[in-house]
Amino acid sequence: MISRRDFLQATAAASALTIGSGLGPLGRAAAQQRLTQADILRFDPLGTVTILYVADAHAQLMPLHFREPSVNLGVGEVKGMPPHLTDAEFRNYFKIAAGSADAFALTADDFVALAKNYGRMGGMDRIATLIGAVRAERGDDKVLLLDGGDSWQGSWTSLQTKAQDMVDVMSALKLDAMVGHWEFTYGAERVKQIADSAPFAFLAQNVRDNEWQEPVFEARKMFERGGATVAVIGQALPRTAVANPRWMFPNWEFGIREEDIQKQVDEARAAGASIVVLLSHNGFDVDRKLAGRVKGLDVILTAHTHDAMPGLVKVGNTVLVATGSHGKFVSRLDIEVKDKKVSDIRFKLMPVFADAIKPDPAMTALVEKVRAPFAGDLAREIGKTDSLLYRRGNFNGTFDDLICNAMMSERDAEIVLSPGFRWGGTLIPDDAITWEHITNATAITYPNCYRNQMTGTQIKEVLEDVADNIFHPDPYFQGGGDMVRIGGMGYAIDISKPMGSRISGMTHLKSGKPIEASKTYTVSGWASINENTQGPPIWDVVAAHVAKVSTVRIEPNTAVKVTGA
Amino acid sequence: MVLKSVEKTRRETLAMAAIAGLAAILAPRLSLADEQAVAAEIKKLYGDKKFESGKIKLDVPEIAENGLVVPVNVDIESPMTDADYVKSVHVFAEGNPLPAVVSYRFTPACGKASASTRMRLAETQNIVCIAEMSNGKLHMAKANVKVTIGGCGG
Repeated sequence: MISRRDFLQATAAASALTIGSGLGPLGRAAAQQRLTQADILRFDPLGTVTILYVADAHAQLMPLHFREPSVNLGVGEVKGMPPHLTDAEFRNYFKIAAGSADAFALTADDFVALAKNYGRMGGMDRIATLIGAVRAERGDDKVLLLDGGDSWQGSWTSLQTKAQDMVDVMSALKLDAMVGHWEFTYGAERVKQIADSAPFAFLAQNVRDNEWQEPVFEARKMFERGGATVAVIGQALPRTAVANPRWMFPNWEFGIREEDIQKQVDEARAAGASIVVLLSHNGFDVDRKLAGRVKGLDVILTAHTHDAMPGLVKVGNTVLVATGSHGKFVSRLDIEVKDKKVSDIRFKLMPVFADAIKPDPAMTALVEKVRAPFAGDLAREIGKTDSLLYRRGNFNGTFDDLICNAMMSERDAEIVLSPGFRWGGTLIPDDAITWEHITNATAITYPNCYRNQMTGTQIKEVLEDVADNIFHPDPYFQGGGDMVRIGGMGYAIDISKPMGSRISGMTHLKSGKPIEASKTYTVSGWASINENTQGPPIWDVVAAHVAKVSTVRIEPNTAVKVTGA
Repeated sequence: MVLKSVEKTRRETLAMAAIAGLAAILAPRLSLADEQAVAAEIKKLYGDKKFESGKIKLDVPEIAENGLVVPVNVDIESPMTDADYVKSVHVFAEGNPLPAVVSYRFTPACGKASASTRMRLAETQNIVCIAEMSNGKLHMAKANVKVTIGGCGG
């Protein structure tokens, strides 16, 4: 694990805002405080329009643990700014008491102890209860339900049903509109089929046919809510064709297309919209930059980077919402409109504490039904863990260490590469490791675990390339995701350096020798974006390893030295 | 695709080597153009004349989705009358073996000075566009296009 102290120093220095908020740790007393459904729903209503917003569910139908990152560095202008705050800095900034329910939901330190107090979060039947309660309070005609994308991918059931389980669930929630990213990895044909037949709108102003530049999806939809016209403009992940296999949607191109968003805003206003919303899978930093350049957006509902923030970020007259991931939160925005303009906005990030919220029986039944054909597989116990297994963090996660260890031993590789995905559940010590847990961290449509030869130079180029994708100072050149995880090799990274000079000190861990530029190494990895990648699916590799070791224990990982934060 | 079989782009080479389960075959290192080579090309055309900014809208992606076919759109602000029009537009790529990508000639009859094409970029580099006006004035714009191996997205 990376030294937390290094990052604390870096972020504390960068963020004057964290000083002197005066909140001391409340410890266990606060942790024991029981949260109720009424507490979670409590909201002083405003105006006539309510937007409910979920994003990045990653196909999680059931409550789970998901540990937020302890390392989430910002670069350039956003260094030390939210959402690039973790643990104590995050709590100080948002005035959250240590040990509280919000601290458990939003920060990473003390996760294991707090998990035992507060239990799992999310679950579609709990989300259905919250949505139902808000609709009952406000009236259906005032509420708009939006999904920021990455809802169809991330579980065994979504993979096996090609997202039909999530489409059924989101339809039952009476979703109004969504955008996409991982959705596209089911292939162009499947995505179009769902978009054309689902009861909700699939919006994406920035997906074009790459021959004639014709729009592939509806760009915008106008809704009448609470006597106001709400325009929702969809923005798919601009980097989908770079981040994921382009061969799965060969005729589509993406991009940010800022000027086209401006056109959509202007057209929406001309058509009578009082509220203009960008439903965006850009990622938070991209949206923050965009908010300063596109005029007339009232709200940007952000996604992709999985940030959860219990407050709004304001850029000019635009507010940005970060609603978290994995079904942990539902955001509520009440909007007041005067003279066809937004006059006030009130916001709450509602944490979905599974033990505090009464499940919606109809949704419980639907979730059971979609899971039933796979129930035996999902529950199959492969092993158990003695260690906390989590994914999020810029440089490594213990679940990724497990995947790397599996590839090292099962594929007999010297060095292994595992993608820096931000999705996948967390397991706490003594948890069983089931097929469901393994596939929650690996369920993709291009899972083959390859084995090949690479030179030291090539490995360095990969690291430099991925690092630039995360730490380029201009967010428009970033692609999201975390740093590629490496097994069998250590390295140093200076995130403040330009592309090509961030990575140094590459060391082969087993021999302790420096990685040689021209020497060839046996490398294994998964999630190749190239067509026809050969090798067994990664879930089989991980399951075989877990079955052999029986009880997983992950040693602290000190292989990556980080500077420049 | 014919281009693909000739030589692989850096993105392809890396992606193949790094991510795919194929044996790594590195394309021979090409001698790439650079800033100086582009400057030399421009000097051949216009000597030591000074360039102004503005007038040129150079529309290229921040990140190429496919390095083999990167769209480049140029749009030059001009009334395009007999008295005032755009004579020619040249596009250069600093990182390509031959820096000159395309040259366009315009006449007032064109109505507008706007053109689109697709170019092949082997690696991250600057694209330079220059426009020569009928009054002899020269304009220049520059934009960076990132070519990445991709993968690993969120």
